[in-house]
Amino acid sequence: MNQPLLQIEHLTVRFDAFTAIDDLSLTVPARSVRVLIGPNGAGKSTLLDAIIGRVRPAAGRIVFKGRDLTHLPEHRIVRAGICRKFQAPGLLDSLTVHDNLVVAEARSRRWPALLRTQPTAAQAGRIDGILATVGLTAERHRPAGRLAHGQKQWLEIGMVVASGAELLLLDEPAAGMSLGEREQTADLLQRLADRHSLLVIDHDMAFVERLGAPVSVLHAGRLLKEGSLQDVRQDPQVRAVYLGRVDECEYDYA
Amino acid sequence: MRRAELTAHAIALGLLVLAPWWLSPYDLSLLGRFLAMSILALGLTIVWGWSGLLSLGQGVFFGLGAYALAMNLKLAALAPGDLPDFMVWSGFSRLPWWWAPFRHPVVALAAVVLVPAAVAAAFGWLVFHRRVRGVYFALLTQALALAFSTFLVSQQAYTGGFSGLTNFGPLFGVQLADQKGQTALYGVTLVLLTASYALATWLSKSHFGRLLVAIRDGENRVRFLGYNAAPYKVAAFTLAAAFAGLAGALYVAQVGVISPDMVGVVPSIEMLIWVAVGGRESLAGAVLGCLLVNFGKDWVSSAMPSLWLFVMGGLFVLVVTVLPRGIGQLVSVRVPRRRPAEVAPAAQELAGQ
Repeated sequence: MNQPLLQIEHLTVRFDAFTAIDDLSLTVPARSVRVLIGPNGAGKSTLLDAIIGRVRPAAGRIVFKGRDLTHLPEHRIVRAGICRKFQAPGLLDSLTVHDNLVVAEARSRRWPALLRTQPTAAQAGRIDGILATVGLTAERHRPAGRLAHGQKQWLEIGMVVASGAELLLLDEPAAGMSLGEREQTADLLQRLADRHSLLVIDHDMAFVERLGAPVSVLHAGRLLKEGSLQDVRQDPQVRAVYLGRVDECEYDYA
Repeated sequence: MRRAELTAHAIALGLLVLAPWWLSPYDLSLLGRFLAMSILALGLTIVWGWSGLLSLGQGVFFGLGAYALAMNLKLAALAPGDLPDFMVWSGFSRLPWWWAPFRHPVVALAAVVLVPAAVAAAFGWLVFHRRVRGVYFALLTQALALAFSTFLVSQQAYTGGFSGLTNFGPLFGVQLADQKGQTALYGVTLVLLTASYALATWLSKSHFGRLLVAIRDGENRVRFLGYNAAPYKVAAFTLAAAFAGLAGALYVAQVGVISPDMVGVVPSIEMLIWVAVGGRESLAGAVLGCLLVNFGKDWVSSAMPSLWLFVMGGLFVLVVTVLPRGIGQLVSVRVPRRRPAEVAPAAQELAGQ
């Protein structure tokens, strides 16, 4: 019953001589939010890459709901229930907002959907719900490429939700957003946590604080510290790792 | 489809249906073969325009379809037991085993579509599962076109070599070169073009069509949404090859000759220009572009044969730099694509900036 949703066991990822992830272990419980922070090059994005099969680990295992995903092809990992939002929004620019969500929707992946011109009633209902959740109902007929930057981020979050995944990996979901948009995004993620588990990468401490979730600090491919944002901030090792960035963390956005 | 679009399509189809009554036999024969080639252009719209796969080898599939039918027509011209002249010159006493089935017109007609489709499916499966993309894919298809035309020239004993296949017999008892045969072929071409056009239009509105565009826009995003992109690309490439094969067969039946220089590297590039001129995402553009470029080619070549290659090159440069969405851009740029109410947010955003 208490089996975690995602277990990362002794994961190592190497790029030639460089070890991006070094014997890292991490668990994500069901219906929880976990934030990954760490300086540039700490291996945050590489960890997400490894989970979704974009890079293959040199050692270790990735277990999702008791199933070893380490060597599955990328699309099977998504079908198992993990979907990722990339750092730079990866939208299907010439399709409309609505059609981006149709492509993302889980049932569109099945063969009988291929020749259908309209989504089924059930799909349409889900897509309308997601449009409302991410606040893009009014933009549904616009090509995704013409959205404002913040809206693009929300659309991609919506697509990740539409994929039917239980575990959402969100790589800097609030990057490039205004203060108000960042707050809206944090609230959105908290709402999503009712039904999903979230693993979120972000640099913005005010955003992380608003999420109110436990934080894991990565450094040089290893897990440095886990705990609440307060605990982590006061940790001398974490402060040392961030060095000049400490000031930024403490005051800039707070 | 919107009403204006439907009306335009109906008028175009009406003009084409009535063409045998208002065009001279010579112009009708040109129109017939260009309409046949338009079927190939529809396939290129699917594979290049929607899926973003720049195929420099459509001539191969056009050629496979054309040769499949030409083999039957060649055999139909001979007395039973006789061999095509080029085989006799090579000292053959029996028909090669793989030529024999093409005696049957039904087999040959099936092969017109099935052979190109099978070659494309096998090639596509290898290439797309290995995730060969972009310029590497384009280069491979060009290599395929070069290999195919070289093969046809070098295997003269089997393929007729450089001069290809000509001097055809009847198909189902109809002499294709006759006035009656030509008019019938025009009708068949128009029916098959309409059917292909309808199929492609439907696909463009289906989830399959949407996925092809999605894969073009962001193959990785689609993959990380849980799709294996390769089978969709294989399907698009195979369908385009089947269209090309059909086009090749209708072409050879009307023109009465097929040779390696109609299926190699240069014709394959010319095919892309038809679609580029018409606008590579638009099905109507593909047909229009194909007709315009080919009538233009006929006109320029009859005035000054050496000029055509320069005109063609210049046309390509012009379309790529000035009209990336083809001549359709000139017409549709001012027509709102959606109802005003839906355009409003974009307009507001523009006004706000």
